[in-house]
Parts: sequence; C-alpha cells; structure tokens
Amino acid sequence: MTDVVVTGLGATTPLGGDVASTWDALLAGRSGVSRITDDWAKEFPAQLVARLAQEPAEQIDRVRARRLDRSQQVAVIAAEQAWAASGAAGAGVDPLRIAVVFGTGIGGALTLLGQDDVLEEKGPKRVSPFTIPMLMPNGPAAAVGLAVGARGGVHAPVSACASGAEAIRWGLDLLRFDRADVVLVGGAEACVHPLPMAGFAAMRAMSTRNDEPERASRPFDKARDGFVLGEGAAALVLERADSARARGAQVHARLAGAGATADGYDLVAPHPEGEGAGRAIAAALRDAGLSPSDIGHVNAHATSTPVGDTAEAAAIRDSVGDHVLVTATKSQTGHLLGAAGALESVFTILALRDQVVPATANLDDPDDDAAVQALDIVRREPRKASLTAAVNDSFGFGGHNIALVFTTA
Amino acid sequence: MSEDIQAGLAEILEEVAGVAPADATPEKSFTEDLDVDSLSMVEIATAVEDKFGVAIPDDELGNIKTVGDAISFIQKNK
Repeated sequence: MTDVVVTGLGATTPLGGDVASTWDALLAGRSGVSRITDDWAKEFPAQLVARLAQEPAEQIDRVRARRLDRSQQVAVIAAEQAWAASGAAGAGVDPLRIAVVFGTGIGGALTLLGQDDVLEEKGPKRVSPFTIPMLMPNGPAAAVGLAVGARGGVHAPVSACASGAEAIRWGLDLLRFDRADVVLVGGAEACVHPLPMAGFAAMRAMSTRNDEPERASRPFDKARDGFVLGEGAAALVLERADSARARGAQVHARLAGAGATADGYDLVAPHPEGEGAGRAIAAALRDAGLSPSDIGHVNAHATSTPVGDTAEAAAIRDSVGDHVLVTATKSQTGHLLGAAGALESVFTILALRDQVVPATANLDDPDDDAAVQALDIVRREPRKASLTAAVNDSFGFGGHNIALVFTTA
Repeated sequence: MSEDIQAGLAEILEEVAGVAPADATPEKSFTEDLDVDSLSMVEIATAVEDKFGVAIPDDELGNIKTVGDAISFIQKNK
C-alpha cells in the first residue's frame, strides 16, 4: 500500500495564531474559553466561546480578507502555514497534481446571517455580490485551492464535526489512488453568532457554566454539561513517502490508515455504546495494518457532552483497549466543529513527535461510567510516553464517524 | 469637480479592491489595468451610487470600462 506522510502543519486556534504557539499553550494547560460580553449574549443560557487567539485581520491582507468569510480566512491562514512549512511550493510540484480537501461543519454562517440583516434593513440591491461565494460550504476549500494554485481537484467534505477528519481520510485516498502527488487537507470553522449559539443551546448541547469559562469544557468529568463553541482552522500537507523523502521534505508522521462508518442510529444522538465509533477505529487499525496493542495514544473527540463522552469511552475501550493514554484537548480549545478533526490530528502528530500526551483539563472527578473508569485519561499535567502509533477519532451530527491512525516518522 | 469625483472614486477603489489612489487615473481600465473583477465592479457600483447619489442601471455598468468612463457617468447623472 502507498505510504503517506505528513510534511506540513498549520493552525490558527483559540490557543494561538500558529501551530507552535497553540501546542505550547496546550501543554501549558492554558484555556481558550471566555465569556461573551456582547449585549446579545446576556439572555443566552450558554454564553461561552473559544475565540481565535489571533484575529485573522492580523494575518491576512485587508482587501483579500473582505471577500472571504471568516471561515475561509482561517482556512487560508492555516493552509498557507502548512504549505509554507512543507516546502512543497518550492519543490516544483505540478499544479495539476496538487489537490485540496478542506471541510467545514457550518460553512459561511456569518456571511449568510450578516447579509440577511443587510437584506432586511436595506433591500436586495445592497446584498453583497460576494454573498454566495462567501457562504457556500465549499468556500474554505475553494479559497485554499486558489491560495496554493491547486488544479488537481478541490473537495469539500461536509460531515458536521467529523468534516476535518474526513478531509484527511479523503486526502489519504487521493494519494493511494494516485489522483494527486500532494494534497493539502484540513478543516475550518467560524460561526460564533447568536443564531448557531441559540440553536446549539436549544439542543441542550452547550455548557452553561457561564461563571467559570475556563472550567466549562470538561470532557469525561462527572460535572460536564456540554461543549463550548470554538473557532479556527488546521491544515496538513500529505504526500507519498517516497516523493517526500526524494525532495528532502521534513516528515512529521505517517498517516497509516483511516476508517469511516455511520451509526445508522439517530440523527444527532450517538449510539450509547459507541458502536459505529468503535467500528471506525477498528477499521482504521485494519487499514493501517496495526493491532490494538500497537496504539499508545488516542486523542478523543470528547466534546464534554454528557452522552457523547461515555459512548466514546466505550468505543475506545472496546476497539483499542484500556492500555492507551487518552486525552481530550477540547477541554482547552473548545469545540471547533468542522475544524476539530484536523486540529486534533495536528495534536496527535505532535504528541508522536514530542513523545508526550497533553493533559485533559478540568477532569477533576472522572465519570462513574465503567468505560470512563477503565480508560487511562491523562489529566493534571502532560505525560511523557513512548509512542509509536496513535489514533484521532471524530464524530459528527448525522452519525458520521472517522478514525485516523498516525505513526511516528 | 471632476477632480473631486476622481478622488472619491479612488477612495472606493482603494477600499473595495486595494487599488492605490495614485493608480486610479482616468485612462485606466478597471479589469485590464487595475485587476478589478466583475463581482468587485458590482460592489464599486453600489458604493458609487451611495457616495454620489446616482443610479447605475445594470446595462450601463457594462459600458463603464475605465475610471474616466465612471467619472463622466457620475458627472452626467449627478
């Protein structure tokens, strides 16, 4: 099977404007969560958000930014970082052999809602001609494709909070099927606005621990009460190992395998025993040619919702076992929805590189659930470990499950 | 009069399309010289309507190719 490696990483997140600052903040235990101070939030049950640490305006040209939705701005920022870091631009890759796969869960919600305000207040003639390209869910992928001159195909998987992970799986397939030589993959999300906040709150999916923002996202903890909405993007450059090594690229990790399943159970509720999630992880292990005992670490999707975390704990226990070091980095980043799988893959790769598993913040009192109790969830401080293979899993409303297996370079 | 219009137009071009004000001279073609695309032209037209109090019908917009065309349209219709 084609050996696929990761040669570039990029991110802009609630913890930092790039990969290095984000990773440092994660290991230092810093939180990206704060309370919304805008007037509109005063009546909201859930008032917490994990906003970008660095505004896109500081990283992207003004004229360029004004025709990109915020979700597209963060996509381009993360993708250009990864692209530059990979050195692929200077390696003479044929643009016809460069592909992009970039997912988003929500798309250009800020543009859609903002232009609806314009329509209501000023009429149809004042609606921006950029409305459609800024709101379309393939917008982040298209903007990234233009930014790097990709002409080998630009794709936009949309599977809610699994979108970023699905993009990575799709990239792996493109390389295995020899559809491209280099694939820039990732996920982007930026939808902090009253409407999505009200919608998620109406589902009772969000934490209402408004007085303790930094303690609100607490995956696997007994007192967890929902997720915290985050914004940002992450990107990875994938290519075949032989061509990456031939051009002397720095290899961060191997993308050894991927698995995708659907729950077929409920539109939004996860299967209580994580059946589909566990099958995705098992499929990814088979795809990678690894056995559960090879896996040393799982970066869990764990969003801090009451039902999701226990279902996932069961899935991890049943598919990989209880020997792995589990972490839930959303405890510090919040939930970046369609960017989550990409960002957590970056964290998984860095854990393999640095041989350290970040701690799950706010895990003061692990849930009594048997599967949660069985797992070795890293908490209080990062743990040094000897790791050769690790899993990142992601799940989305709709019953989408994606698992990715990374191994050390 | 025409200088005021040119200056006002240059402001809009800078805001919408990042055109340096010194480049917004009458002989310049929006698409050929200033790299303004069709969607940005629509935004510029809307901004011109607001700033100068003129109405630019869609079939007129296609005839406005240069900064000078825009200036004379505004002068005639103001």
